[in-house]
Amino acid sequence: MSESATAARAPGSRKRTDTASRRTDRAPGQRSLAASPGTWLVWAGIAAFFIFLFGILISVFVDSVGKSWFTTWLPLEYTTDWYGESWERFELAHVIGVTLIVSFSVVAISILIGVPASYVLARRDFPFKRVVTALFLLPVLIPPITFGIPLATVMYNFGLGRSLIAVILVNLVPSVPFVIITMTPFIEQINPTIENAARMCGAGMRHVFVRILGPLLVPGILAAAILVLVRTVGMFELTFLVSGPGSDTLVVAIYRAMTSAGGAEPRPLVSSMAVMYTVMMLVILIIALRFVNPTQLVARVRDSDDD
Amino acid sequence: MSATLEKPADTAAKRSTASLSHRLAERGIDARLWMLLPALVFIVALFIYPFAYGIGLTVQPLDRTVDAWGGGIFANYVQFFNDPFIFDSIWLTMRLALPAALFNVLVSIPLAFKLRGKFRGKRLMSTLLVLPITLGTVLTAQGLLIFAGRQGWLNRFLLDMNLIDQPLQLVNNYLGVMFSLIISGFPFAFLLVSSYLSGIDPSLEAAAKTLGANWRQRFIRVTLPLLAPGLATTFILTFVLAFSVFPSARLVGDPGGSTRVMALMAYRAFGEQQNYSMASTIAIVMGVVELLVIAIVLLGRSFLYKGSTGGKG
Repeated sequence: MSESATAARAPGSRKRTDTASRRTDRAPGQRSLAASPGTWLVWAGIAAFFIFLFGILISVFVDSVGKSWFTTWLPLEYTTDWYGESWERFELAHVIGVTLIVSFSVVAISILIGVPASYVLARRDFPFKRVVTALFLLPVLIPPITFGIPLATVMYNFGLGRSLIAVILVNLVPSVPFVIITMTPFIEQINPTIENAARMCGAGMRHVFVRILGPLLVPGILAAAILVLVRTVGMFELTFLVSGPGSDTLVVAIYRAMTSAGGAEPRPLVSSMAVMYTVMMLVILIIALRFVNPTQLVARVRDSDDD
Repeated sequence: MSATLEKPADTAAKRSTASLSHRLAERGIDARLWMLLPALVFIVALFIYPFAYGIGLTVQPLDRTVDAWGGGIFANYVQFFNDPFIFDSIWLTMRLALPAALFNVLVSIPLAFKLRGKFRGKRLMSTLLVLPITLGTVLTAQGLLIFAGRQGWLNRFLLDMNLIDQPLQLVNNYLGVMFSLIISGFPFAFLLVSSYLSGIDPSLEAAAKTLGANWRQRFIRVTLPLLAPGLATTFILTFVLAFSVFPSARLVGDPGGSTRVMALMAYRAFGEQQNYSMASTIAIVMGVVELLVIAIVLLGRSFLYKGSTGGKG
């Protein structure tokens, strides 16, 4: 908890970073070599956070390749058997397939529904606009369990319980509003005179969308898609409420393994699944971050001069 | 709003058509509003309808609830507010979510300030900070159980350094859930605060500096008021995340006692007792409590400056 102490003081050393960000106006010699106490505290806090983070990551990994790890620093023997065993036992090929199908369908559908709606919200003024906006905001603000439980009850009533469709539908509920909320400011910042100019030159609605707005929207759509993808792969609460054997995503499968009746599964089995989950997430993210920078949705001013 | 800029061109295009559509278009209703339709249909079918249905369910209690608690159709609510095992979960949830959200936001401020400039490894660090978001609560829980458990590296290290003589109990209690909330919520808060901060025009601070303000004055009088609406938004979003903790409360917490959060109680009623009406009741009360907190924060936020410059939320 050393981080909390830094809250009060760190701005003290802002002068340094402040000038460093704009090299041109830094007076010679203004940047001192010794860091201030504030700086040290900030870095100590970051270090504490990363120690926890990497401690968690590495211990899960070591656990997943170790055997008889009880009272020593490291396991006594190493093995990769846990991976094969959990792959077989929990039918992970199927589970990962389900996870990917669910995530990509959710991304595609929520973009298709969300982007046109956010275009209208960004560009137009119409009666009850505030009501509509509030409606789209609610599913993001209300805790997932609150609408998840009635929604799951409805799904079971319609006989959709434990099916893949139910999992996809349930995950759409927070995703569509999420796309709308992130895309609306992004579309607002695109200068409407560009569209007007295109229309003056005789472009129809379809042309404006395909030739003018489309290319301008691509970075925003990609960023929103990645955020939705990551959220859906990691979404536990909603999926858990409606999924069952055969439609479990990976997170839910891990949770079920950790809490299965009659004592949890051996810990390394769960750890090996957790490692596979992390690897899957990282692969998605690394691919994604090569193409987009998710912060570009929010940070619009002077994004160019830092990094 | 940009819509006002665009309207003349729009109505001009419609002038040749029938007068009704023209008059509607002048009020902002024209063919392009159809693009809103899929989203509206979606939200009504998958959000409004189930929600209304859930509220309806809360007043159709099971017979066993009515027998045990009385109160006719409001038996679920009677039980909720009179059964300490359920009612206390409101307080237990707040006790976790509020400190966690506050901590995440407050600690993000100095860090975001410190790291807003250019420095070596900045890209690496922001990538590393995205990492916990991808871990998810279930995995964080598994990691915490191993890393911070009685035999874990953390306790082992502290024991070997002679800092403690008993292993610390860091998981399966309140602390464990708190750690998991910070690990998953903090990077999110940090990324949001940094992006709000990067939206504040640095020339404002430069102007304050020129006028002789020291860092404290610049922070309190210039930057903080501009950043405050963004901070309120960040607080709301991290609070929402922390408020609906459920897997971590079950896995690294003490699900029968100090981390018996509302989400967990709702799930128990739903999945274990098959009492859908009680589950809906807990879920709806949970939503109401959360919206109350958000409303208070938003009310406070409405007094803050929301001009064109600055990290508005």
